[in-house]
Amino acid sequence: MIYTEKVMEHFQNPRNVGTMKDADGVGQVGNPVCGDMMTFYIKVKDNRIDDVKFQTFGCGAAIAVSSMVSEMAIGKTIEEALKITNRSVAEELGGLPKNKMHCSNLGADALHKAIENYQERQKAKQDPPKKSEDKESCYCPYCDGPIKGIENYCQSCKVEFEDCPECKKPVNKQADKCPHCGATKVRV
Amino acid sequence: MKRIYLDHIAGTPLHPDVVDAMLPYLKEKFGNPQSLHSIGQEALEAIEESRDKVARLINAESADILFVSSGSEANNFALKGLAFAHQSRGKHIILSSIEHQSILHSAKYLEKFGFRFSHIPVDEFGLVDPEDMRKAITDETILVSILLANGEVGTIEPIGEIANVCRDKDILFHTDAVDAVGNISVDVRALGVDALSLAGNQFYGPKGSAALYVKKGRRILPFIDGGIQESGRRAGTEDVPAIVGLGKAAEIALQEMESRMERMKTLRNKLMKQLPQAVEHVFLTGHPERRLPHHASFCVEYVEGEAMLLNLDLKGISASSGSACTSRALKASHVLLAMGIDHALAQGSLVFGLIDRTNSEDIDYLLEVFPPIIERLRKMSPLYTQYLEEKEK
Repeated sequence: MIYTEKVMEHFQNPRNVGTMKDADGVGQVGNPVCGDMMTFYIKVKDNRIDDVKFQTFGCGAAIAVSSMVSEMAIGKTIEEALKITNRSVAEELGGLPKNKMHCSNLGADALHKAIENYQERQKAKQDPPKKSEDKESCYCPYCDGPIKGIENYCQSCKVEFEDCPECKKPVNKQADKCPHCGATKVRV
Repeated sequence: MKRIYLDHIAGTPLHPDVVDAMLPYLKEKFGNPQSLHSIGQEALEAIEESRDKVARLINAESADILFVSSGSEANNFALKGLAFAHQSRGKHIILSSIEHQSILHSAKYLEKFGFRFSHIPVDEFGLVDPEDMRKAITDETILVSILLANGEVGTIEPIGEIANVCRDKDILFHTDAVDAVGNISVDVRALGVDALSLAGNQFYGPKGSAALYVKKGRRILPFIDGGIQESGRRAGTEDVPAIVGLGKAAEIALQEMESRMERMKTLRNKLMKQLPQAVEHVFLTGHPERRLPHHASFCVEYVEGEAMLLNLDLKGISASSGSACTSRALKASHVLLAMGIDHALAQGSLVFGLIDRTNSEDIDYLLEVFPPIIERLRKMSPLYTQYLEEKEK
């Protein structure tokens, strides 16, 4: 088996699966092109995460990570929940295969995004609504390193990226096709 | 727990007769075929007998069969060996866009030596149009390599027609027939190919047993330099047990081909028809008719391949997938993408390959355990939720 017992246990019996109609914050990360997609819903009471629901499209690791993150977050204060890191999730699961570490990034990210969304909503209640800037971050699909739009290189696995001429998202320089929009790159 | 093996594409179990044939060569008949003494000569006789059997399976001359260690090696050998031997005539090579990695990566290697490649497209069934191939030919074209059947979607290519075009234009033609030989009738003379790759682990022979057919008179550069084994074109002490196993598997395949094909086709057709009926949003991949008789492949919408495989494995069923998460490189299958299947749907790739011992109850069991697995995964899937919400609108 490629996964630890703990991963398989969460994969088979994921906790807190579902959606939430009256969520206080919603966060979505990933897309089917990268392989995984997660949506987290949180309910907050007295600055504490009272309930979490999630939905995940992805592999065994992605499902187990989502389940673990949801379990870790419930009962924590907002500040504590923001401290849940990729590493702590992977550790709680007894480790993940190297090429699946990016799944744990997604799990913590989805939770943090839901919290950010909650905080923005709280702020909007006090201040007049402002258009929030969507922070587009993507993780290198070959390792767990984050790739930001402005950078053209994944420091972690040394893959060079360039912006897709069509959708402007970062693409491996060696790739013939953009994995985000499918545009074929013309080689000279 | 009952174990149902439906991962023919990854390799078949060994036929019991193959194991029996191999055993003496792992024990008392351990000789080196190049030795002059009788223990060596006994091993030499065994590999020459195997060469005859493999040749008979594909209607070739025995002398045109070279034993190698894997289908990947056969493909590397063919592409690099033919390209380098004929580069004085030109440096352009034509491939399909759904070749195996051992062809595609050999091409990347050859690019470093100045060879240029054209990858011709396939249609939504994974079929190559010989007309597209004809159009891609230039004065510099020396070689065309197109697979006979694709292991991921099962589609059988019009190899005879493609070979005809090549012969007319005096261009060498190689076909990767690893997924086909031993499972369907393959005749190198009738097809008119110059070179062909085959592997024993696709038809109940051992892993590490494979061969490259190179038609007499076609120059090819040696793949491993050294001694005189395999007429000096592939040096190294022969893996006698593997070669004997390959020969036996070829002999059995030739005898049992028709009945195996018929039996598997019946079971496979049942799976191909009933799986999309048992669960909605399940699509067949590859050609509905022109496909390997043991092969059924699908894309299951709104779920990811690895999650399906893990769940099937927990129920005792072994299958495979071309999803990004199941590949070590975390890339979606180039085969499915070349067929125009979008990334999200390609993630739900599922490949079943029946084997000789598969029976009707196995298929019934799969059809029984599959729907609840998909239902559970879809309940978890944000993409399915999106779909349901849009449907309600």
